[in-house]
Amino acid sequence: MTHAISIDAVSKRFASLQALDRISFTVEHGEFFALLGPNGAGKTTLISAMAGLSRADNGQIRIMGHDTVTEARDARMKLGVVPQELVFDPFFTVRETLTFQSGYFGIRHNDAWVDELLHKLGLTDKANVNMRALSGGMKRRVMVAQALVHRPPVIVLDEPTAGVDVELRQSLWAFVKELNAAGHTIVLTTHYLEEAEALCSRIAMMKKGRLIALENKDTLLSRSAAREVSLQLSGELPASLQPLSLRQQDGRHILALPDIAKLEQVLSELRLAAVEVRELSVHETDLEQVFVKLMHGGQA
Amino acid sequence: MYGFITLFKKEILRFWKVGFQTVMAPVLTALLYQMIFSHVLSQHVEAYPGVSYTAFLIPGLAMMSMAQNAFANSSSSLIQSKITGNIVFLLLPPISAPAFFGAYLLASIVRGLVVGAGVLLVTAWFGLPLPAQPLWLLAFAVLGCGVLGALGIMAGIWADKFDQLAAFQNFLIMPLTFLSGVFYSINSLPPLWRGVSHLNPVFYMIDGFRYGFFGQADVSPWLSLAVVGGCFVALSAWVMRLIASGYKLRH
Ligand SMILES: Nc1ncnc2c1ncn2[C@@H]1O[C@H](COP(=O)(O)OP(=O)(O)O)[C@@H](O)[C@H]1O
Ligand SMILES: [Mg+2]
Repeated sequence: MTHAISIDAVSKRFASLQALDRISFTVEHGEFFALLGPNGAGKTTLISAMAGLSRADNGQIRIMGHDTVTEARDARMKLGVVPQELVFDPFFTVRETLTFQSGYFGIRHNDAWVDELLHKLGLTDKANVNMRALSGGMKRRVMVAQALVHRPPVIVLDEPTAGVDVELRQSLWAFVKELNAAGHTIVLTTHYLEEAEALCSRIAMMKKGRLIALENKDTLLSRSAAREVSLQLSGELPASLQPLSLRQQDGRHILALPDIAKLEQVLSELRLAAVEVRELSVHETDLEQVFVKLMHGGQA
Repeated sequence: MYGFITLFKKEILRFWKVGFQTVMAPVLTALLYQMIFSHVLSQHVEAYPGVSYTAFLIPGLAMMSMAQNAFANSSSSLIQSKITGNIVFLLLPPISAPAFFGAYLLASIVRGLVVGAGVLLVTAWFGLPLPAQPLWLLAFAVLGCGVLGALGIMAGIWADKFDQLAAFQNFLIMPLTFLSGVFYSINSLPPLWRGVSHLNPVFYMIDGFRYGFFGQADVSPWLSLAVVGGCFVALSAWVMRLIASGYKLRH
């Protein structure tokens, strides 16, 4: 049984910069997979290597079992990529763009599928409009359609919702979910963590070319400190509570709360020390916190 | 194969949509050259026995325009795609190096031939005879455009900025095409310059193309064919390897 994507010890250097440092992981058939990391982490570089837009210095990548270098043709037929940069050919209309893209993949008479893509992406009434005349969001939709003309089983979206309005984001996600439900494997990178949290089943995090976490979303969330309590106090934090202190933020003390029963103890210690609680709130960890923690070098 | 056909079609449509610039403009330029030079130099000696200077000028101008436009077509299309980034849509699909090369090349040849036909059409009334050797004519038109089209692909892949491409065009392509015997028979040159002209491949394109019209030329058409054909084959093989290696296209 092959994987949808298998990445094995892939490294890539740009001059002195190690853009990818022995990255290995696999994505299974039908997964909805998120690749997260700050700007410059190497996400786009990894996607470029998957797509054959660049060549890794070391390691091997397979798409549906096909090596991206030695079986480039098969690998590319199985992969649809929506590039991060908003690019288009200003000479052509939407329909021309999609018909040409089908042809590059060797597909003739693709009109029925192109029409369906236009319909699903809300582009039907723009079919004969020149690419130049479309808004950024509309151009992005055309890029999604371009990635799908050859019905690839594996679809990679590199920050598809960056700089895109809310309405488009939602319709785009609805469409991508539908593709996933129909059996397509989806990989996406995004800056909006709530998107990854809402959509993806597994999450990989990258930082400075390294893979620093790779887990089921739920494991990742539960493995990190579950809860925190934020307190605004009339005086100093008693010494007995110092071990729980995580940080101070906007004049508030943030304490770890391994379980909710611990709150009782925190409050009684404060009463004993005659420190008054002005404000109290309890936070559940979300992906954003896990992310921030990991990116600052801490362990999840 | 269908990838090749599609890319070829796209490249044709690309220049055809802006035909005013890509076809009409060079045809008009050539017409202006023809009018000015034939006026200034019509009293000039006959270039060949029985061939007036005005007639002699026409095939040279046509071949020069074909060469420049074949070069412009592939080079400007590629650099625009690279700079705007939409070249990614050609790099994601499995288009082979020969298909990629062939599509750009063939589109360049078509643009060159369309411009050449346009130039001949508007200048013919200056006294152009019917071609004496139509097959030679066609061979040099196609191969000449092919050489410059392939050179354009190379330049478009190599250049990172419009400036670099403009430099390539102004300092290499323009001198080569202008100093190739378009406006004179190189037999009228002093021996040194005649020797230098013999090193310019564009000279052989123009000389061979002229042979197609007049049945006479400065050098044997077979020599011209060998030079132009050799350049075409060598350049094509080299550019195709460049594309296959991913040079400047895939990091
Ligand atoms: N072609 C290139 N030449 C040199 N450096 C590059 C190139 N492409 C990317 N980089 C560098 O590699 C690092 C990773 O970039 P990228 O993969 O785009 O990150 P991400 O997509 O995670 O934001 C960055 O530091 C970037 O500047
Ligand atoms: Mg990126």
